[in-house]
Amino acid sequence: MSGRERVLGRVRRALADVPRDERPYEEVIARDYLREHGQRTPAKTADLLARNLADYRALVHRCAPGEVAATIAGLLAARGARTVLVPAGLDPAWLAESGAERVEDRAESTPGELDLVDSVVTGCAVAIAETGTLVLDGSAGQGRRRVTLVPDHHICVVRVPDQVVASVPLALPRLDPARPLTWISGPSATSDIELSRVEGVHGPRTLEVVLAGAE
Amino acid sequence: MSGTYLGMPAFPEAARTAVRDATLRGNLRHATHTIRAKRAAAVAEVSDWAALREAGRRIKDHTLRHLDRYLEQVEASVTAAGGIVHWAADADEANRIVARLVRETGESEVVKVKSMATQETGLNEALAEEGIRAYETDLAELIVQLGRDRPSHILVPAIHRNRGEIRDVFRAEMGAWGRPAPEGLTDTPAQLAEAARLHLREKFLRAKVGVSGANFVVAETGTLVVVESEGNGRMCLTLPETLISVVGIEKVVPTWRDLEVFLQTLPRSSTAERMNPYTSMWTGTTEGDGPRVFHLVLLDNGRTDTLADEVGRQALRCIRCSACLNVCPVYERAGGHAYGSVYPGPIGAILSPQLRGTGSAVDASLPYASSLCGACYEVCPVAIDIPEVLVHLRERVVQGGPAVRGGNRVVLRPARGHAAERAAMRAARWAFARPGVLRTGQRLASRTRRFHPRTLPGPGRAWSATRDLPPVPAEPFRDWWRRTGGGADETKGAAR
Amino acid sequence: MRVALFLTCVNDTLYPDTGRAVVRLLTRLGVEVDFPMGQTCCGQAHYNTGYRHEAEPLAVRFAEVFRGYEAIVTPSGSCGAMVRELYPRLGERARAEGRGDTLAATLAPVVPKTYELTEFLVDVVGVTDVGAYYPHTVTYHPTCHGLRSLGLGDRPRRLLEAVRGLELVELPGAEECCGFGGTFAVKNPDVSAAMGADKVRHAVSTGAEVLCAADNSCLMHLGGTMARLRTGLRPVHIAEILASTEGEARG
Repeated sequence: MSGRERVLGRVRRALADVPRDERPYEEVIARDYLREHGQRTPAKTADLLARNLADYRALVHRCAPGEVAATIAGLLAARGARTVLVPAGLDPAWLAESGAERVEDRAESTPGELDLVDSVVTGCAVAIAETGTLVLDGSAGQGRRRVTLVPDHHICVVRVPDQVVASVPLALPRLDPARPLTWISGPSATSDIELSRVEGVHGPRTLEVVLAGAE
Repeated sequence: MSGTYLGMPAFPEAARTAVRDATLRGNLRHATHTIRAKRAAAVAEVSDWAALREAGRRIKDHTLRHLDRYLEQVEASVTAAGGIVHWAADADEANRIVARLVRETGESEVVKVKSMATQETGLNEALAEEGIRAYETDLAELIVQLGRDRPSHILVPAIHRNRGEIRDVFRAEMGAWGRPAPEGLTDTPAQLAEAARLHLREKFLRAKVGVSGANFVVAETGTLVVVESEGNGRMCLTLPETLISVVGIEKVVPTWRDLEVFLQTLPRSSTAERMNPYTSMWTGTTEGDGPRVFHLVLLDNGRTDTLADEVGRQALRCIRCSACLNVCPVYERAGGHAYGSVYPGPIGAILSPQLRGTGSAVDASLPYASSLCGACYEVCPVAIDIPEVLVHLRERVVQGGPAVRGGNRVVLRPARGHAAERAAMRAARWAFARPGVLRTGQRLASRTRRFHPRTLPGPGRAWSATRDLPPVPAEPFRDWWRRTGGGADETKGAAR
Repeated sequence: MRVALFLTCVNDTLYPDTGRAVVRLLTRLGVEVDFPMGQTCCGQAHYNTGYRHEAEPLAVRFAEVFRGYEAIVTPSGSCGAMVRELYPRLGERARAEGRGDTLAATLAPVVPKTYELTEFLVDVVGVTDVGAYYPHTVTYHPTCHGLRSLGLGDRPRRLLEAVRGLELVELPGAEECCGFGGTFAVKNPDVSAAMGADKVRHAVSTGAEVLCAADNSCLMHLGGTMARLRTGLRPVHIAEILASTEGEARG
């Protein structure tokens, strides 16, 4: 007998007590929890996002849509970044004012090569205010998952208010599960030493978030 | 489960040593108390916690009750997305599958994301026998692996180590595994984390095979979810060419939407965060991004035996948050190793004796490793009534009865070592069925009370070694009630 | 109203003062108390140790003895929880074992009318000031089954706060288990003793003279620990504090 038949057979025997006409999924799952916690204007939601990102040690910068290039150039310069990783499809205007050397992420690039790049700039698919989370889905301007992992400095641009939702329940319908998704809430951290949180382990130790939109 | 734990002493003996280890007690007390207050604050932030908890309970229960259907759906959707699905009835089968898959890549080392399932199967030891070296990359797992130690906590396997001990392990052992610890390494957590970063980076960058577990598998989409903090998970899940995920069959949730419940309850319950730093979700393989080959190994290893028990099956709702460990007064004092399993604490006390059976000394003692205080049930984000299952398993230990082991129906015999207790319980029941007998006993105790010792011999020492016995009163209440006419005389006396 | 006192076997045998205090207190509040002589034990120790089938006849006896009363009052959070939370489960399990509804039907009537003492005072009698006088510094330990199974909440505290002369001081780590846990105390004596010692250390740190709880089994464990450690702290059941009045202030 194959492992498959053995396991499924055991499952079915174990569930002999379950009535065949048990109420279906849709009826059983009570979803009387909240879609979002509290009512906010889009501006207040963006404020909450900024606050929660900062609470988990992301560095948050706010600017008008027209100031993204200047903001990014300033951040790269302040970091002293000589090279910046550019995912396919990134809005070229965003890097227009930076003097850092652009490094394209190509399929054949090795992780070792990416490790030599100073910074990476990406957009995101959606940002969640209540949890201070950015979600990247690998579409244009967001890159392969590794580009926001190997370099030590990540700048992520969020278009406010279009890309900002209040809560996790409001974020999931905007995401396509068929795409590889990375949810990022602050720079990497660990609680493994005495259960106290320390920022900065394997992922980028510096996460800068540019909230681009009218104040 | 893993052979590492064979021959473990029963919980009370193992706990006795731990209770007397002042360093261990201090480490555990510090860590669990730190996280307790934080968890309470993180949970208090969401006003609908009770509703989220109930939804999580129902989603998991529903899935378990129709697990055959959902497992077939997982298989179909993962396969459609380019993954390859394997089924493992027990630990050996899972380990054989993984070893074969690694050998087929031609590689002799793998990087691992922290995974309870592969700890449970003893995968690292099994791979080592095949000449394959497995590198643990979670910081706490690294500490355990370098220190040739055993994990003592679900979320933070090295919780029993303080920063000074961790520094010592890094200094002494890192060199033998790869890049040595930096010169002059101190015990500040930031420096220790930096040392781990440097040590593991070379392994991540050259890794060709990654091994992981998963927190959730979404049946409708075939999506796997790994929730983590450090980025080691992302490294293992995206940099290698081949990814092998070993996942317990109870990790399935039916729909994409169901994640909206667990992504709110899991981080707050485990690390007391609104959201953990990194969550990875992948569905099969993606052209040009991440591993080119993805294997999913679905693991039973006692889960179907657990599923067959109508009371005990709720343990399979567990999402491994470890909130129950952090709040448990017994865990805090006995430490994780006393539980003799990769699953310590309250959830371990109900999972291990179900996954492994109650045949060994430690497994038969685990249902009793609780004062039934109920703190675990109170914090559980999927409302597992751990005290209920503990009592149910106690019943299995002392009374025996029908159960399923390795997929076969068996009738368990009552465990040995409980004969005197069983006789005492029967005698007490007999006496309590006869108030006259009870009264005679009470009077006898009252009349001989001057001769009662302060400490007891034999098994009574378990009480009187640390506690005085209560003095026996001159008369039991029922005699007073009868003598005073329900206290009427005394009340009159008091009124005067 | 006429209520039955379910004293519990432990109190009947070892703590008759608590029983007398409940009678005095309720009588003072105009409640007519009866003590059905047929009562013995609720079966909690049997059930929680794994002897569910041995607990069943005790539960049936309880239901038969107490069936006729309007309310059943017990000065024990854990025995109250046994009736309220676990008697229904005894019935469910019997049904799941194919033994029909008889047990469930027998036990059902007593479940909703069983009250822990502080719950009865606050919810049924409707008082928080019971007219007590107790000139001592007291710290209160909420026992687990009262706290988490019965949900007593702040009822005991409100009752204590209304006692004249009583200074209530906060117990650090109050909601943590004392380590008694029935047979846990002897099956895992080292962990139990460590938990008890920590609880006592916290109680001593408050500077209180009296450690109060609403369950004598926990107080037996803590009192035994306090006596062994010669702390000078006294364990006192909440009923004895609430029953005390100016005329008969206890020492």
